[in-house]
Amino acid sequence: MGNETETPRIAIVGGGPAGMRAAGLLAAAGLRPVLFNEAPEPGGQIYRRPPPPLRTVLSPARLYGPDAVRAMALHSDFEAVADRIDHRSGTLVWNIMKQEHGGFRLLHQDADGGQGAHNCDAVILATGAMDRILPMPGWTLPGVWSMGGAQVMLKGQASLVGRRPVFAGSGPLLYLVAWQYAKEGGRPAAVIDASTFAAKLRAAPMLAARPAVALRGLAMAAALRLRGIPVIEGAHADRIEATDTGMRVHWSSSTSSGQIDGDAVAIGHGLKSEQQLAELLGCRSRHNAESGQWLIETDPEGRTSVAGAYLAGDMAGIRGGHAAEFAGELAAWALLADLKHRDNASRRAVLRRKLSRQDRFRRGLEQAFPFPQHRIASLPDETIVCRCEGISASALRRAITDWQPADVNRLKAMSRCGMGRCQGRLCGQIAAGLLTAQLGRTPGDVGHLRAQAPIKPIPGSQLIVEKGAVE
Amino acid sequence: MQNPCVTFHRINAGSDRALIALSIDGRAVTGLDGDTLLSVLIMHRGALRRAEAGGDLRAGFCGMGACQDCWITLADGRRVRACSTLAEAGMAIVTNLDHGQ
Repeated sequence: MGNETETPRIAIVGGGPAGMRAAGLLAAAGLRPVLFNEAPEPGGQIYRRPPPPLRTVLSPARLYGPDAVRAMALHSDFEAVADRIDHRSGTLVWNIMKQEHGGFRLLHQDADGGQGAHNCDAVILATGAMDRILPMPGWTLPGVWSMGGAQVMLKGQASLVGRRPVFAGSGPLLYLVAWQYAKEGGRPAAVIDASTFAAKLRAAPMLAARPAVALRGLAMAAALRLRGIPVIEGAHADRIEATDTGMRVHWSSSTSSGQIDGDAVAIGHGLKSEQQLAELLGCRSRHNAESGQWLIETDPEGRTSVAGAYLAGDMAGIRGGHAAEFAGELAAWALLADLKHRDNASRRAVLRRKLSRQDRFRRGLEQAFPFPQHRIASLPDETIVCRCEGISASALRRAITDWQPADVNRLKAMSRCGMGRCQGRLCGQIAAGLLTAQLGRTPGDVGHLRAQAPIKPIPGSQLIVEKGAVE
Repeated sequence: MQNPCVTFHRINAGSDRALIALSIDGRAVTGLDGDTLLSVLIMHRGALRRAEAGGDLRAGFCGMGACQDCWITLADGRRVRACSTLAEAGMAIVTNLDHGQ
């Protein structure tokens, strides 16, 4: 790990609750970490702050609801040590590689568009999560947003994507965002919840690991019903169409079906980890049956299979903002201990205990709001799966029949699904699901789409990739 | 200014945010200080662009820089992600919205 007489150089990627808590601890330990944050402000998606001109419009209480106190504590703790953190905001880390003699090299694009490279001895990756989407015919229409997108327009732009949106999908965000819209002057046309009441009931013992949060979810659903907003449980949005006056969502359940008219639609089935940088580093990952996602393997303190690389927050599996703060601090403690710089074994034990409680709650959420994997096999042929390249379910099925691809990366090469700008962030799991269903394979067999640098488009990237390669 | 997208709704109507003058395909439009280009485009045009594959309209999706479905072009040649770029006075957005299907 470099020259031992020098202060170790630590980089953190991600400015959400995990990255902020990790940076705070390392700053307090005197290490002056470099924090790369793609967003202009710290906070991540969950504690996103609106641009300055909008701060008078939305108070923290309105932005974060019951999490406002926690959000403000996080922001003020961070500000208290901000002068001991090298905070690079508006900076996208688009590649990371191991260096020959230990340590890592990060390539980044700065807020002004300039390119840079940064070397460090150890890295904490905390790049968060994004919406997990089950596509359906019509999901690429204007007026259809991801659940997180509908919330970001509210938190970041003080705008509603519609006055009467239909909210469809599953997971805690479904009720939270619908409730926030109702509170801010919208009137949700309906909440269509794929999860059944029975599934939620079965999950209750695990959800009891965080009773206040579980009750909050129930209270929101009840508040929506009280306002006369239809909450349809155990139902799936099958198709979205644009009408002369707005948007129409066709839904069905095992016993019934119908349609709901609104003026916008928000869809989402929980969240998925944004783990591209860890993949580029070669961190080992494994298919997790509970969540149906590939997750980077870590030990309970965030160590990956690559020495010197740590993971924290939703990037390492969806546990939410609360857990992300614990995980960020814990990864920083683990790193300090590994560097023999400083240790606090009892604090690490406390944080591990807190996280295992959060883990229990997470498993409860996955039981209560399971991803409807079985729906992938029955997606209508005309469904656009890859919105970047416009690849339909029928085109994928044809490619699978014609080529019998061994894994989802072969399917990508044969179909172009996942080759577009988003690198398969939205379609990768769906393409893999079609492949497993059609050829009778397991998720472990078909794998997941490999990340490639640059992990997000950077204008003029070709030149830069070459430059990065020769340096 | 006529707003063709009736659904997109600002909470803070009447707040004291400054107006920003910019243009979309040569036509002058106004946004509010703090708007992203995504907000400006949806308010004025109801969409951002036509997809390269198929030509269907796109109007943002994830809003948080993940789905990459909102890349647009400025007249000075810059390519920017509309959801994570704040509107600035004088910006000239060039879309392919009028190019038909």
